[in-house]
Amino acid sequence: MTAVAAEFLSLRDAVARYVRPGDTVALEGFTHLIPFAAGHEIIRQGLTDLTLIRMTPDLIYDQMIGCGCAKKLVFSWGGNPGVGSLHRLRDAVERGWPAPLEIEEHSHAAMAAAYAAGASGLPCAVFRGYLGSELARVNPRIKWIDCPFTGERLAAVPAHRPDVTIVHAQKADSRGNILVSGIVGVQKEAVLAARRAIVTVEEVVDELHTEGTNAVVLPAWTVHAVAVVPGGARPSYAHGYYARDNAFYTRWDEIARDRERFREWVDQHIMRAGVGVATRS
Amino acid sequence: MSYTPTEMMTIAAARALTDDDICFVGIGLPSAACNLARLTHAPRLTLVYESGTLETRPHVLPLSIGDGELCETALSTVPVVEMFQYWLQGGRISVGFLGGAQVDRFGNLNSTVVGSYHAPKVRLPGSGGATEIATACRRVYIVMKHGARAFVEKLDFLTSLGHGPTGRERRALGLATDGPTLIVTDLCTMRPDPDTNEFKVASLHPGVTEAQVREHTGWPIAFHEQVAETAPPTPEELAALRDLMARTARAHGTSGHD
Repeated sequence: MTAVAAEFLSLRDAVARYVRPGDTVALEGFTHLIPFAAGHEIIRQGLTDLTLIRMTPDLIYDQMIGCGCAKKLVFSWGGNPGVGSLHRLRDAVERGWPAPLEIEEHSHAAMAAAYAAGASGLPCAVFRGYLGSELARVNPRIKWIDCPFTGERLAAVPAHRPDVTIVHAQKADSRGNILVSGIVGVQKEAVLAARRAIVTVEEVVDELHTEGTNAVVLPAWTVHAVAVVPGGARPSYAHGYYARDNAFYTRWDEIARDRERFREWVDQHIMRAGVGVATRS
Repeated sequence: MSYTPTEMMTIAAARALTDDDICFVGIGLPSAACNLARLTHAPRLTLVYESGTLETRPHVLPLSIGDGELCETALSTVPVVEMFQYWLQGGRISVGFLGGAQVDRFGNLNSTVVGSYHAPKVRLPGSGGATEIATACRRVYIVMKHGARAFVEKLDFLTSLGHGPTGRERRALGLATDGPTLIVTDLCTMRPDPDTNEFKVASLHPGVTEAQVREHTGWPIAFHEQVAETAPPTPEELAALRDLMARTARAHGTSGHD
């Protein structure tokens, strides 16, 4: 891996430079700090044929799938938390709209372990999982391995190695070091597993204060681009900045249920909200 | 004091938890039951959520598994990789509290699809943490609303292992954990038969008949020799549950987005 140095770019330029059609892309954030603004920029730039990796596709991948960005989804829990279905994901899987969607389905334990393996430079993750579950029957990328020391049969899944990982964080300093705190999810593993990484942040500060609970620092040399996007995780949340918009998550059910209603919402809140489509280099 | 079947279910599920439990909490019905237990008879009950929050004590129920409330009220919050590898796989959890779309007589759960996997009638959310919660926790409690489409003769898909398709698969897979030992519904509670691991009715909620349970169960449900009546909710339990639900509704009621 060559050393990189974080460069401050506009979100539009960061996505234009580092995300390509057909890429394997991970937008992570476990309920907290979901990079919605970056996902919306991918939709505005018309990127297609993406393989999308995320533990919980959440509303952001529901929107990207409904807009035709994805050819494949790698995931472990595809619902609207506490509300019900992701209707755009279901429409793609059940009826192939707007395009058929290949799925590679895991459990959370497998997805987390696959990111950790990617960050560790290993080809696969080994863990005690999938015992008795039919997921191992329908997903050919779940395999079994015998422990060479004890003989215990363990599950193995390939490491996640995204072409690009995008995460949202609370702060960057002026050199591009990144601070994440609160529920830190799998962001560190997802960034370190990726070939390229984009981070959107709430703000740039002189000094990253890392006291307090479970702050994670990603050094600037693990990140390619930093884009300052206040509110970039809404309607998910940024601990210390704004709360999760639970009422919007509830309302999404009605918006996403109907194809036309969904398209109108995308047009109004994503396409027209942008600053125009970047010229792709 | 009158109460709804859902309130009876949540209260009966909460009663199964003790101060000594370390409980891995699923979202929805399990989350309500676990927090009710903590707010009533089990104040030292330890709750962990898969978002990494250890010893969380939320004031309102989270809508998602990773609401900020869970982190702010936790002793500590660990990365998700660590949650699954050290705390769950490492054997630190005594009770996993799960729900699902379908359950069978051996407590196997489906949260993946209705219909066939590759051409599903209904695509459900999937495993999330459940597949490994079902095997790594010391024991599992299941809470689900009773209905013939949920309590089925045969699962459309086995997402999370209970006692296995014949009731005897856990031992064969080398699992030392107990698997599901309790199912709580809005009609009754069920415990597995000690010989066959088949779930049988252990208690009927007040006013519920055996015929009602039969009608709402998709397999020929059996009853334990001694079927008790579930104790009705106490005024204290009902008040605590209703306060919790009212606080939760107020907290999630307003939107600032779009």
